[in-house]
Amino acid sequence: MDISSLYNHVAPWMDGSGPMNDIVISSRIRLARNISGFLFFPRADAQQQRDVLNYVHDRLMTTDVGKSMMYLDMENVPVLQRSILVERHLISRRLAEGNGACGVSISQDETLAVMINEEDHLRLQAIAGGLQLEETYSQINRIENVLEEQMEYAFSPRYGYLTACPTNVGTGIRVSVMLHLPALKMTGQIEKVFRAARDMRLAVRGFHGEGTEPIGDFFQLSNQTTLGKSESQIIEELTSLAVIPIVEYERRARQKLIDDRQVALDDKIFRALGTLGNCRMINSEEAMFLLSYVRLGVHLERIKDLSLNTVNEIFLMTQPAHLQNWYKKDMDPTQRDQMRAEFIVKKLSSPSN
Amino acid sequence: MKCQLCNKQATVHLTEIINGEKTEKHLCEECAYNDGITIKAHVPINELLTDLVESQEQASELSELTCPQCTMTWSEFRKGGLLGCPKDYEIFDEPLRKIISKAHENAKGHIGRSPLKVSGKHQDQMSLFRLRQKLQHAVDNEDYEVAASLRDEIEKYGVHN
Repeated sequence: MDISSLYNHVAPWMDGSGPMNDIVISSRIRLARNISGFLFFPRADAQQQRDVLNYVHDRLMTTDVGKSMMYLDMENVPVLQRSILVERHLISRRLAEGNGACGVSISQDETLAVMINEEDHLRLQAIAGGLQLEETYSQINRIENVLEEQMEYAFSPRYGYLTACPTNVGTGIRVSVMLHLPALKMTGQIEKVFRAARDMRLAVRGFHGEGTEPIGDFFQLSNQTTLGKSESQIIEELTSLAVIPIVEYERRARQKLIDDRQVALDDKIFRALGTLGNCRMINSEEAMFLLSYVRLGVHLERIKDLSLNTVNEIFLMTQPAHLQNWYKKDMDPTQRDQMRAEFIVKKLSSPSN
Repeated sequence: MKCQLCNKQATVHLTEIINGEKTEKHLCEECAYNDGITIKAHVPINELLTDLVESQEQASELSELTCPQCTMTWSEFRKGGLLGCPKDYEIFDEPLRKIISKAHENAKGHIGRSPLKVSGKHQDQMSLFRLRQKLQHAVDNEDYEVAASLRDEIEKYGVHN
């Protein structure tokens, strides 16, 4: 199957469904694994890196799950396509920017990805829309059960799965949720929420994960402790101690905005919609910022004639790499801002475009 | 409210009562952290390394430690923050232990999933690991009789496991 067929529409898991989808955009779990008997990726020379890639690829391809996925040797993937994969949350920035032999296998519905030679030999990833961490974990477990029959992992009884960075050792699990928290931001409570999250040893990051600033009220929350707790305990703690309470706070803050400041809220929402619908040049940061209000407006049913699917589509398709791919040409930032505006105006005037 | 130590916005408010005497502190995040009142949530690995290791290293010859398998030295790891191979966890055990403990809320050891396949030299340790898993399970279920007999079995492996 040709990977480029994916690029012109949103992934099924991005359709805006899923539990608590008014606030939880997505749930993602990653597992870090290394193959016993090889040096860790950052220490290995080019030949050894190639050996690991071949070793994992060959074994992955003997399994049904591996055969059903699309495999990409990153060496053959041009820069633009790498960025598209990052924007679709299918690979990490590290894999996209990395040198050396590395690859990725992606399931057709884009919910599963197996990155080979990222920071660790293997990074398995499962993703779903809304709050679905348990389902996501059972999905990643299914592929892990198949893979572990094929290879032996570096493991120590004391430290669990051994990873290149000691901060990932143990379960090697990174559980994260993407949250949309515009009302907490507007009512000035977001810092309080982050402090509480940080006190619980959770990391708070921006839309694109590690090393990115939050834009447009989207925040990624994930565990940092990977040792000394079981996978299910880590998932359960993140869910019940952080995600559920934050969702409650955000809903309460939204309700309070409607009760006390409805006109001011509508003003923000409809100004955002107005700007997006009439702009002639817009950068991706401003677009995200305004789309955040529009998304809120759709969920609160202040905006009635726009579907969440269209909002999500604009989100994804107006990111730099997707936009260039859509218009099939290299563009400098100014041209991109024009094309982005054109795309958004067209979508909003007639969503079926 | 402004921070008492600098002029930034105070976000950490602490009321202490010592010997019946009440004191209040109003600090910004940075000063509260420097004061040891709060901990930084996302401590990057490099910071963990410099903070924790500097003191002990002055006293010992840790920086000379070298892994025979990947030739990584302890000081190299300190610079880059990434280990070279699984064996490093044994070779750098002593200095690493503190870093790992600090990074993982003082965790004592791994709990959770374990692999299907484990090579020869780890087999013993694996059975020990499985016993520990069972023990955890027994304790969780308040099955103290089972827990006691599992503890006896674990002791047979020696204290340092």
